[in-house]
Amino acid sequence: MSATSFEQPQATILAEETKHRSELSQSWRRFRANRMAVVGLIVVALLVLMAIFAPYIAPYDPITDIFRGMRGVGPSPEHPFGFDHLGRDLLSRVIYGSRVALLVGIIATIISLLIGVTVGAISGFFGGWPDSILSRIVDTLMAFPLIALLIVLAAVLGPSLPTTIFVIGITVWARYARVVRADVMSLRSRDFITAATASGVKNSRIIWRHIIPNIMGPVIVLASLGIGSIIILEAALSFLGVGVRPPTPSWGGILADGRAYIIRYPHIAFFPGIMIVITVLAFNFVGDGLRDALDPHDRE
Amino acid sequence: MARYLTVRLFHGAIVIFLISILTFAIMRMMPGDPVYLLFGEGQVRISEEQMDAIREQWGLNEPLYIQYLVWAKNMLRGDFGDSLVRRGVPVRTMIFEAIPVTATLNVFALGLALLIAIPLGIAAGIRRNSPLDYATSVGSALGIATPNFWLGLMLIVIFSLYLGLVPPFGLRSWKGYILPVIVLATEQMAVLARVMRASTVEVMTEDYVRTANAKGLPRRTVILRHAVRNSLLPIITVIGFRIAFLLSGTIVVETVFAIPGIGRLFTDSVFRLDYQVVQSLVVLLAVLVVASNIVTDLVYAMVDPRIRIE
Repeated sequence: MSATSFEQPQATILAEETKHRSELSQSWRRFRANRMAVVGLIVVALLVLMAIFAPYIAPYDPITDIFRGMRGVGPSPEHPFGFDHLGRDLLSRVIYGSRVALLVGIIATIISLLIGVTVGAISGFFGGWPDSILSRIVDTLMAFPLIALLIVLAAVLGPSLPTTIFVIGITVWARYARVVRADVMSLRSRDFITAATASGVKNSRIIWRHIIPNIMGPVIVLASLGIGSIIILEAALSFLGVGVRPPTPSWGGILADGRAYIIRYPHIAFFPGIMIVITVLAFNFVGDGLRDALDPHDRE
Repeated sequence: MARYLTVRLFHGAIVIFLISILTFAIMRMMPGDPVYLLFGEGQVRISEEQMDAIREQWGLNEPLYIQYLVWAKNMLRGDFGDSLVRRGVPVRTMIFEAIPVTATLNVFALGLALLIAIPLGIAAGIRRNSPLDYATSVGSALGIATPNFWLGLMLIVIFSLYLGLVPPFGLRSWKGYILPVIVLATEQMAVLARVMRASTVEVMTEDYVRTANAKGLPRRTVILRHAVRNSLLPIITVIGFRIAFLLSGTIVVETVFAIPGIGRLFTDSVFRLDYQVVQSLVVLLAVLVVASNIVTDLVYAMVDPRIRIE
């Protein structure tokens, strides 16, 4: 019997087969496998490019290029979306409108995330009276009929793009705070937090270094699913006349023109609505994909 | 149970108190002097002394906290004050005129949505990955992504302008209800069908469903008696949510169709700076939300014996 027959199984090959993958790359792989999510991401990317390069893509200026005698003329090969009630090229206005939608959707989401995560983390980590007070504030915001609150706030502050972003940002954070609070409470009792506390780490450091990174998954999912509804809210406000003011092109604003002239020029309202549906669908698909990719517990 | 209810009612009272303060504060920041507005924005000639006398009479010269306390006391007694724009008309009358319209709209919309979404959601959840399931998912995704006011405009174009079947605006006949009901129902259907499907999928994997299957019960019995009864539970929450936002959920849709309900009253009052109406409405709507949240939780606990309220 020679010693060579007792060779150990080659561990190196095994190690090669189960190549180490980071959490992030595993999530990305799961995300990529979801076809709708990838389509959504591509559409979002195209929309962002469209918003950034609007001046190069739009054939005409959305505000100053007014075509005489073309008021409310329907779609034609040269003007595929037709003209609005003042004789402006609707295609150009709809392209520029993506700027408002994305700007409000993204900045308002960031504002509400900052408030929501901070409030939720403080509430869930400290408990006690800070939690009681903050929870009542969250309850109050959740009980406010959101659209009514937004209309009143926007009317009081004076309708404009910054107002729209601000009022949406400071009102929709309550949902994030609730989710973060629950997650933080369940994290707080975990061993690694107890260990950190026992070894004398400061509370603020525990929150920022140990808790926040662990709750980012669900928060990102919520945020990406929330952008769509914020874009609809913005459109609703502009539609009602308390959002972005004319002549700035916004999808909600063009829809308001469309309603005012629905009998005479019914084509005006069509295209901005289609754009809203596409945009919201794309963000929602990305959100669904992120949820499945970032939260391994929920996988089928 | 009694303790739970006390705590919930106490929290609810705090929420309504905070909302009333917040609303009062926001309304005082509104641009425009109500007395000035009342007299035709300067068109009616009255002297500064007369204006001051009216402010005195309305208590507008009192410190803000006194004004708040007077308002809150009157609200608690059910006295919402008079409209600033429609002179002499009590706010309560205006609100009670508008409630039946919005309520009718919502009852029919929710009924229609439940009637279609529940069977659809159950069928999709039982036959997963079937064409019906895909169609339901796509329909739900589209319904959630479509702004209701745009859908309303498109229905007006198709059914009023091109087909001439229904009036585009207003409520001159019962036909005026058709389009807004469809718009509201579509939105709710999308959410309800999605919730119903998800909950059916979950229930079908439960042990008691497997047991029922294993002991040889007919598939029909398993689905109707064991699965559906349980998968309907989350619908209670969705319905409670709908009722909570019953009156405010229609603000935009009522504006699209020019329907004289609560939503229209609200937006019109904001634009007319009739802040008596606006602040009364906001507080009332919040009371409705708080009350229906508590009722939803209680109903849930009653229907589902697994939930024990402590």
